[in-house]
Amino acid sequence: MAIHVHLNGAPREFPAPLTFSQLVETLELEGKRLAIERNGEIVPRTRFPEERLSDGDRIEVVIAVGGG
Amino acid sequence: MGDARLVVAGKAYDSRLLVGTGKYRDFDETRRAIEASGAQIVTVAIRRTNIGQNAGEPNLLDVLPPSRYTILPNTAGCYTAQDAVRTLRLARELLDGHSLVKLEVLGDAKTLYPHMPETLEAARTLVAEGFQVMAYCNDDPIMAKQLEELGCVAVMPLASLIGSGMGIVNPYNLQIIIDHARVPVLVDAGIGTASDAAIAMELGCDGVLMNTAIAKARDPVRMGRAMKLAVEAGREAFLAGRMARKPYEASASSPEAGLIQKTG
Repeated sequence: MAIHVHLNGAPREFPAPLTFSQLVETLELEGKRLAIERNGEIVPRTRFPEERLSDGDRIEVVIAVGGG
Repeated sequence: MGDARLVVAGKAYDSRLLVGTGKYRDFDETRRAIEASGAQIVTVAIRRTNIGQNAGEPNLLDVLPPSRYTILPNTAGCYTAQDAVRTLRLARELLDGHSLVKLEVLGDAKTLYPHMPETLEAARTLVAEGFQVMAYCNDDPIMAKQLEELGCVAVMPLASLIGSGMGIVNPYNLQIIIDHARVPVLVDAGIGTASDAAIAMELGCDGVLMNTAIAKARDPVRMGRAMKLAVEAGREAFLAGRMARKPYEASASSPEAGLIQKTG
């Protein structure tokens, strides 16, 4: 079983099922200050352990960067 | 001789200089220049993380820890109210519920001029969602007043175009905004060098926000310090109250009596 999602604009395939915690781990982003949006809605960090990605999800993972 | 501190959204700050964090050579230069500037509020952009490319890389917020600085997430690069609102919702999640934000909605990629109808729409939504909105705007006094009436905690009119270094092109409009505002007015964008920051403060604005003037100076750390001094000097001059301008009449500084007599 695999799910296909759009991650920061690019198509990606992951083994299913996949929680947001597992996504963060897979991307080696554990412990980073980040925020995730799924289909335009915030996924609160507290929901990462139980919330699962679904096929076709549009996922945005953002961080703070230098800017004015 | 004392001066009230800058108060934004109920929190007091000793520094009236706010700085951006872009365009530096590296994080170390960012950190040193911002330290030299004395700024306490630093603005950051929100962007997609480079998937698979930054494992182990330092993060901007490790260099500028939120425990030490008030982090002001911004919506630089957003051209619609919707994108700006989305970006700040992400920022709030990223910063553990932090609600002070800098709203900027651009209208044109060449001038980066603010798109005021979209800015007003985004401000309305954000205020309703509990954000404390500092709004980048043009130097139109009516727009500044509308943002204030919508509940923005500060208005931030431009001095000139973002990153242009052209200084204060319309001090008269800024003066009208300052004279009528009931929220802090922070001059944002266009500052080129220390005298520009001092002039902004002499107009009576509450603070100045800049990025490029420091980051793209030959020596950003030194310019950070120069800007700190300029903002302080300008503020002091404003509080001191400048002398009257007398364009057609000189006035000697030395006594006119008691001059020695010509001999012979």
